[in-house]
Amino acid sequence: MEKTKVIVGLGSCGIAAGAGKTYEKIKALRQAEDLDFELKKTSCIGMCYCEPLVEIIDETGSYLYGEIDEARAVEIIDRHVMHHIPVKEHVVRTDLFDTTDNDFIENQIKITLRNCGYIDPENIEEYEARQGYRAIKKITDQRISRMDVIQAVISSGLRGRGGGGFPTGLKWKFASDSITSEKYIICNADEGDPGAFMDRSTLEGDPHSVLEGMIIGAYAIRATEGVIYCRAEYPLAIKRLTIALDQARQKGYLGKSILGLQGFDFDIHIKEGAGAFVCGEETALIASVEGERGMPRKRPPYPAVSGLWKKPTNINNVETYADIPWIILNGAEAYARYGTEKSKGTKVFALAGKIRRSGLVEVPMGISINDIIFKLGGGIRDGKKFKAVQLGGPSGGCIPEYLSHTPIDYDSVTATGAIMGSGGMVVMDETTCMVDVARFFLDFTRKESCGKCTFCRIGTKRMLEILTRITEGKGEQGDIEQLEDLAYQIKESSLCGLGQTAPNPVLTTIKYFRNEYEAHIRDKKCPVKVCKKLLTYEVIPEKCTGCMVCAKNCPVEAITGEQKQVHFIHQEKCIKCDVCFSKCKFEAIRLS
Amino acid sequence: MRISRIHSEPEIREQGSVDLTPLEPLLVKYRGKKGSLIPLLQGAQDIYGYIPGEVFEKISDVTGLNLSDLYGVATFYAQFRLSPVGKNIIKVCHGTACHVQNANTITDSLKEALQVKDGETTQDGLFTLESVACLGCCSLAPVMMVAGEVYGKLTGKEAVRIIRDIRIKENN
Repeated sequence: MEKTKVIVGLGSCGIAAGAGKTYEKIKALRQAEDLDFELKKTSCIGMCYCEPLVEIIDETGSYLYGEIDEARAVEIIDRHVMHHIPVKEHVVRTDLFDTTDNDFIENQIKITLRNCGYIDPENIEEYEARQGYRAIKKITDQRISRMDVIQAVISSGLRGRGGGGFPTGLKWKFASDSITSEKYIICNADEGDPGAFMDRSTLEGDPHSVLEGMIIGAYAIRATEGVIYCRAEYPLAIKRLTIALDQARQKGYLGKSILGLQGFDFDIHIKEGAGAFVCGEETALIASVEGERGMPRKRPPYPAVSGLWKKPTNINNVETYADIPWIILNGAEAYARYGTEKSKGTKVFALAGKIRRSGLVEVPMGISINDIIFKLGGGIRDGKKFKAVQLGGPSGGCIPEYLSHTPIDYDSVTATGAIMGSGGMVVMDETTCMVDVARFFLDFTRKESCGKCTFCRIGTKRMLEILTRITEGKGEQGDIEQLEDLAYQIKESSLCGLGQTAPNPVLTTIKYFRNEYEAHIRDKKCPVKVCKKLLTYEVIPEKCTGCMVCAKNCPVEAITGEQKQVHFIHQEKCIKCDVCFSKCKFEAIRLS
Repeated sequence: MRISRIHSEPEIREQGSVDLTPLEPLLVKYRGKKGSLIPLLQGAQDIYGYIPGEVFEKISDVTGLNLSDLYGVATFYAQFRLSPVGKNIIKVCHGTACHVQNANTITDSLKEALQVKDGETTQDGLFTLESVACLGCCSLAPVMMVAGEVYGKLTGKEAVRIIRDIRIKENN
């Protein structure tokens, strides 16, 4: 009989939720009670909303437990492992009986994330056991030609998962057509979109699949050197990649004459990013790898012709590479079976914001926004009303509730004014102010603009000033038109994707939520009470105890009142600093 | 624009106050390798916690790169610091998911509790408060990272309590 396995999910989010402590607790228990079970680590399975996750696999099947802190760890080890009674109330996913969250996994199709949460990412044998490195072996064993590999990627219909959506196979073909002795292959892991974490999870959970994808790419375009450009903010991903690279070298998947194929020499190294969103743009990324300021260059020439060190270079995103081995092994047709006519395959989305089940989901292209949010995401948290979803991060836009039937594919999403982007999906409910959201994204792009193009550098600043004014109740008639005018000019006159898309969040919120802008400008009101400067702070007489805390803390002496008497806020003096609201212990300050 | 990150305070520097010996292995490691400026600066920051002026001069001497180029690169990327930081860096996430879940309240509470502005270090040198774009733990929003450890599902009060606990530990 096989030993019972206890597997703890140790991705970044799991660790943040306390999975490290859970793991140590279980380890200590095993030792203290002298228990006979196998304790293993894995990474994120995508159910971030109920971390820490612990899976127990015994002779009856697999049980995934959610929200397992140290106390619950003791409980499940005692009842399930020692006494063979599954603790049903904490099981979030199993094939054996219904749970509240089974449908979260069942409604997904996992290609990119095929191994995430199932293998120990620091152990190459576990990757190999799940068909890992079989794709590259298939290529070398069957002597599949470079052109056939590229053709397979073209036929699969795979499009760049970093957001651009350019057909990957074509990109490879261009790089392959450039004839030189030196070529590079780069993996773009500079996942800078706030609200997106697919690449982090893939790298942390299944680094070898990305390496294998890069190795296949190197074979196809005859690259000799590979670079993974990873954000420094992802220390765990970098650590696991480093381990994976060492293991792959030891096993002969990297280095000289890979898998015995004469002349197939290729190695990969990691470059840590230094914190610049613009480096997600391919030419800026190349400049950064070369040790310069990450400023985009003019295209053409495209990197496929002149990239890193002016040599032909192929750049793809993490997810794109992770899909490649699957496509080679299972065939282009199998991949193209999923998705729509122009957007094939599956896509990973990072669900976050006001959604009940936040986490990672992988779904076939063409699924509707509604299905993702309600079927997979379990709807909006706290019974609130769904208002909009932000797709594509700072380059994307907000899609309103009434367009939530929109199928998710590159073209349908672009038609709404948003972009597919890298797959960050931030859900907003009725308490989110859309003007504030637009201001937030513009503040981000303004800071991250590299400063090369005038319209992006100064235009975003001017737009931010207008938006800030609007949220502070100083909006003027004509502001909306001016925002639109600036937006189009920035889009037209910027060199790279950052500037060309920076106005999208503003344009889409104006398009779909114009009434909110008007309420801010004309009525000086924030309909959902987010923009503090537009609110009035008042004392609720029934709740005020006259403790004088608010009056003592008010920086402008706008609050008066005697001890044990109801206090009063003088509106003409109030600067809306929120101090009284946060200091009051009796919730006696009201915003209106 | 990224260049606004340059701090305009005059740099107070005593000659020879920075020990450059720990830098040597790093300079040897990257000697003659192209495109290694960013790893060099990252390595230097790992050693000193920030990049002192002397280090810039040393790297410039050894690599032959212009001081202005070094400075240009260091000020372009958010990661590099040109002034010393506190023992613990508090990174409050201001990604989208955190923003819509009141990340501002976290920063505001910490500003008040620590009596510093964003980017500043406390008087006792224990904490530096920073706002960062995204820590990638969106499902736990709002989050902050203190000395490499992530704390999720915060409220302003909770954040202040965590910092207070760290301070008590540090002082003991």
